[in-house]
Amino acid sequence: MSRILSDVERIKAASRHLRGTLAESLADAVTGALAEDDTQLSKFHGIYQQDDRDQRSERKRQRLEPAYSFMIRARVPAGICTPAQWLNMDRVATEKANGTIRLTTRQAFQLHGVIKSGLKAAIAGINREMMDTLAACGDVNRNVMAPTLYDLTDVHRQVQADARRLSDHLTPATNAYHEIWLDGTKLPLENDDRAADVEPIYGRTYLPRKFKSAFVVPPQNDTDIYSQDLGFIAIVENGQLVGYNVTVGGGMGMAHGEPETYPRLADILGFVTPDNILAVAEAVVTTQRDHGDRTNRKHARLKYTIDDRGIDWFRAEVVERSGVAVAAPRKFAFTSNGDVYGWQADAAGAWHYTLFIQNGRVADTGDRRLLAGLRRIAALHHGEFRLTPNQNLTISSVRDEDRESIESLLTEFGIENELQASALRLNSLACVAFPTCGLAMAESERYLPSLIDTLEGHLIDAGLGNEPITIRMTGCPNGCARPYIGEIGLVGKGPGTYNLYLGAGFAGERLGCLYRENIGETEIIEALLPLFEAFGAARADGEHFGDFLVRTGVVREVTAGRNFHAAEVAHG
Amino acid sequence: MRASTAPLLTLPLDGGQSERLRQALAGLTPDQLQWVSGYAAGLAAAASVPAQAAAPSTLSDGANTLTVLYGSQTGNGKGVAERLAARAKEKGFGVSLQSLADYKPSQLKREVLLSFVISTHGEGEPPDDAELFHEYLFSKKAPTLAGIRYSVLALGDSSYINFCQTGRELDQRLADLGALRLQPLAECDVDYEEVADRWVGDVLARVPDLISATSPVPQLRAVTVAPRFDKNRPFHAEVLVNQKITGRHSSKDVRHIELSLEGSGLHYEPGDALAVIVRNPPALVQQLISAVGLDGATPVDVAGESLSLETALSEKLEITATSTGFLKAWAAYGSGELKSLLEQGDRAVLSELVDGHQVIDIVRRFPATVDAAGLASSLRKLGARSYSIASSQRANPDEVHLTVAAVRYDAFGSEHWGAASTHLADRLGEGDRVFVYVEPNSRFHLPADDSADIVMIGPGTGVAPFRAFVEERAERGAQGRNWLFFGDRTFGSDFLYQLEWQRHLKSGALARLDLAFSRDQSEKVYVQDRIRAQGKDLYEWIRSGASIYICGDSKHMAGDVEQALVDVIALHGNTGAAEAKARLKELRRDGRYQRDVY
Ligand code: SRM
Ligand SMILES: Cc1cc2nc3c(=O)[nH]c(=O)nc-3n(C[C@H](O)[C@H](O)[C@H](O)COP(=O)(O)OP(=O)(O)OC[C@H]3O[C@@H](n4cnc5c(N)ncnc54)[C@H](O)[C@@H]3O)c2cc1C
Ligand SMILES: Cc1cc2nc3c(=O)[nH]c(=O)nc-3n(C[C@H](O)[C@H](O)[C@H](O)COP(=O)(O)O)c2cc1C
Ligand code: SF4
Repeated sequence: MSRILSDVERIKAASRHLRGTLAESLADAVTGALAEDDTQLSKFHGIYQQDDRDQRSERKRQRLEPAYSFMIRARVPAGICTPAQWLNMDRVATEKANGTIRLTTRQAFQLHGVIKSGLKAAIAGINREMMDTLAACGDVNRNVMAPTLYDLTDVHRQVQADARRLSDHLTPATNAYHEIWLDGTKLPLENDDRAADVEPIYGRTYLPRKFKSAFVVPPQNDTDIYSQDLGFIAIVENGQLVGYNVTVGGGMGMAHGEPETYPRLADILGFVTPDNILAVAEAVVTTQRDHGDRTNRKHARLKYTIDDRGIDWFRAEVVERSGVAVAAPRKFAFTSNGDVYGWQADAAGAWHYTLFIQNGRVADTGDRRLLAGLRRIAALHHGEFRLTPNQNLTISSVRDEDRESIESLLTEFGIENELQASALRLNSLACVAFPTCGLAMAESERYLPSLIDTLEGHLIDAGLGNEPITIRMTGCPNGCARPYIGEIGLVGKGPGTYNLYLGAGFAGERLGCLYRENIGETEIIEALLPLFEAFGAARADGEHFGDFLVRTGVVREVTAGRNFHAAEVAHG
Repeated sequence: MRASTAPLLTLPLDGGQSERLRQALAGLTPDQLQWVSGYAAGLAAAASVPAQAAAPSTLSDGANTLTVLYGSQTGNGKGVAERLAARAKEKGFGVSLQSLADYKPSQLKREVLLSFVISTHGEGEPPDDAELFHEYLFSKKAPTLAGIRYSVLALGDSSYINFCQTGRELDQRLADLGALRLQPLAECDVDYEEVADRWVGDVLARVPDLISATSPVPQLRAVTVAPRFDKNRPFHAEVLVNQKITGRHSSKDVRHIELSLEGSGLHYEPGDALAVIVRNPPALVQQLISAVGLDGATPVDVAGESLSLETALSEKLEITATSTGFLKAWAAYGSGELKSLLEQGDRAVLSELVDGHQVIDIVRRFPATVDAAGLASSLRKLGARSYSIASSQRANPDEVHLTVAAVRYDAFGSEHWGAASTHLADRLGEGDRVFVYVEPNSRFHLPADDSADIVMIGPGTGVAPFRAFVEERAERGAQGRNWLFFGDRTFGSDFLYQLEWQRHLKSGALARLDLAFSRDQSEKVYVQDRIRAQGKDLYEWIRSGASIYICGDSKHMAGDVEQALVDVIALHGNTGAAEAKARLKELRRDGRYQRDVY
């Protein structure tokens, strides 16, 4: 394999800590786009250049450039957001973007359709409420996830606090962001030899690739801990948080027809106490920084570094760099990777309502008026909001006396869960895909809802109307909705066609296996129908769909990312 | 005289030919017959020019180079193309490597040795960057490629039904156009490297003898032969392209129209206009006939020719633009109201009647009784419409391009159409023909001196001639700098020819582009505002010899822009307004300030 650094490495190195020529790009009135190199750097600022793919070929004929606009991703550590921040996001979305808010699979906000001339105002607007977009994307640690559920202990609050500590610790230190978007004062040019003190953790060229971390509290695996580069599984012993099992090397992305790329579930590195998480996390990050493959972006994630060198080598590096003795992992068990919907009470007796938001798109559509409804709720809500890893929203810490008024608003705007969701829908995820995602090969967010309409009927016929089955669709193999750990995984291949993956674990503990390749809606239904019927008839007590398909040999068990495709071949 | 009575049999034609000719000529008017005779003469002359006598086209860079073209979505094919180009260079061959997105199809004819690397996307569709080239190659515009050698590497994924479709189509089409396959089509699956490397090797193995051996195919310059087509003998030009170039959300419908001049011998300079002879909107003709309550079949005389009222109204008479002559005549047919309005002779009233009303509006507003002959005689002869030529003939030898804004509007509670603009926009499809002739405009031409700078101010369709200016100067390799001021309603949908201007900026053919989009912000911004904002630089350009050109709307724009120019000269040349005006006059006299406004 070539030893030449990938082009993005050149761009990062020359960028003077992520400045590049962004300022000039913004000033260029002849195009709605950024200079090509800047489109890489903008990501580190939470900004993706996109274009309306519905208009692409039409505009080429019209001798017009693509209809460029920008997607802005705002970081929301642990998914915690105040009502004021929600209202602010709503305002920016309405004034500067396409009038919808997108809740992501990493507990963050996305706005779409911001045009270049409105970009600065939008970013400044988001920052108005102490929320930023720095490092929401790019080759750095992304938004740190943490569970949004509540139980009758105080563990979740401690875990969320740890998640925010980690987030702060791994946030890039460059001042470029303030300089460009907030007219912050220019620091003396951060030149190469001072690189170290500018970015003590990342250095001049940051990480070889994106990096993702999350926390989780068993038995719920809502943050899909095994899909993350770095994970912390809370270990609770008689009601107390004693520490975390650290996981490393998870990731979903792959490319069609390139078996050397594959989704991979994380390994458990070992157990550490809460006071050591920052040291261990930093050691994991710097090991990847120094040993990750910077020559090939498709082979640059931590999961490949670990598979190439072995987990034992990796553990030794981390122990060496952190000076923390990583102990043997402690016991824990997961039951599901979904959200728990509806009302729950917590230790302090406060209420939390988890609201289903189809594919995370907060918009007013017909008599389901999510945007308007949540605007009203935010206006009277005294607690907080929690963005969930399953694209949903928890209205959090509701006082007894407010519960009723919130319930009536949920009804008034036609958005409470009962009004919209079957068990299958409640367990569905779809990535954004068309028309904004530049990498989409097939529809996803715009298509899955109607596919579910059809499948629901068949499930009811099979007596599975209330059976929770996880179904996840993405418009390409990058896996943004973590489809390889959905019991039914649909991954876009081309217009209207998908690969169908089956047999993943209900708690995200096992990868699915390719079952059918390159098929359209009719074949998808033809493929699933008999399996639903068999499942309805022959399932063991409490057995989940994915487990059933593996037990009955419909698909082979995928035991590791490395043989994800091997399984394909074997299956034929 | 009717065509069928002509003694065809004495001609050197076999029975079949003379019969077909008889049919073709049957029923033509004397005018048309005369035109046909000229046309045939022209064809004969062109055909009889021996190839070697023809002047070869300006030496093409196609000669002695291997041209490597790629269509690539995700970069695989691009990589292969780059490898081929690099290795060919190493071996010391002339190589030109380009994305199909940047490749000028008109260049094809001049190539000698072509290698394509192209992938397939969508459901067997070309990658985005190859879309337009692919379309061109499969359109009737595609030239014959006799004598050109080519090879194609197709990238694909055999898990798709249309495996390597685009590559296969391309390979076949090139052959159909007369090009010679250098080696069989190579098809790659997702693991393309190995096949690709072998293909690269095969191409390189064959290059040596080819590019030294082959020399550029001589091109026929358009040959000028009698009879020249002109106002009296308009050329029947085929429509090659009729493309809307305003975006989805535009409030306007502006068309880019390409006509073929092949075989016409017509010649034009940038700045000239093309006159277009059209028919009136059929719907409007019917409305008018029923408004006056007449029978369309009634015969009328127009310029000594007898035809039905309907034909006269659709082909011969002006029924959209109102004239004072028509108003007077119409007043005479009855309506006292109109008569008295005219007698007051109030200019404002008059111009409101002429500009704001089409004939149908007058007829409806001032009912009168009139017979077919009376109606016909009251109307002006349908005049040709002029359109600034938007192309350089050097860059597009056999074509002429126009930029046409379709005139459609509602008035007096009904839909209205402009005759020519909607004829071009709505009633002419690709393959249809329209009669045209060139209107030279010597008062709006590029400076003879290629090293002189020019400043072009052309909002809206006023930008048309400047597209020709920039194309022409690029072709000529002119050293002078070109600065364009363009404006319209919105950046997103009304930035006419945006992609071309971006390309010209990149190549340097355009030195500066200043934009004014009036509806993108709360306060309106127009080109004159940009001119004032750039006053200092603009004055410098003028002082150092730049020529200024204005094209477009005469009602407001031209005046406002001229005022802005006066202000700039006054401010930065610190003189008084009067002196600045005088300065502008001089420039005009010296031909350094030219206007083409309408
Ligand atoms: C919004 C979101 C999906 C959603 O429906 O919520 C999303 C959307 C995009 N992802 Fe993702 N990813 C999102 C979570 C994920 C996840 C899930 C996770 O992180 O838990 C994954 C799989 C886990 C992983 O990283 O392996 C994921 C793997 C990717 C990849 C493949 C990365 C890889 O190394 O294989 C890409 C493409 C790339 O990075 O080259 C990508 C790229 C993208 C881009 C930015 C496309 C692009 O690069 O131009 C998508 C923007 C679409 C749009 O128009 O909004 N996205 N992306 C999620 C935003 C998360 C966040 O707030 O930060
Ligand atoms: C030298 C020159 C160059 C030109 N170049 C171009 C060019 O590059 N591109 C281009 O598009 N045009 C150009 N024009 C203008 C063009 O010649 C036509 O005038 C224009 O296309 C309208 O012609 P038409 O036949 O469609 O409309 P007409 O049939 O002439 O009808 C227009 C009539 O409708 C009325 N009318 C039109 N609009 C309205 C309105 N909004 N409200 C009320 N009444 C209205 C007026 O009475 C007008 O007389 C040029 C003109 C000249 C002289
Ligand atoms: C959305 C999409 C659709 C595709 N459709 C086809 C197809 O119809 N036929 C085919 O042979 N290959 C198809 N391919 C495969 C590509 O042609 C193949 O990946 C090729 O290597 C891409 O080369 P490029 O990177 O130069 O574009 C498709 C790829 C994508 C991403
Ligand atoms: S999975 Fe692919 S299509 Fe979907 S959002 Fe991610 S990159 Fe885009």
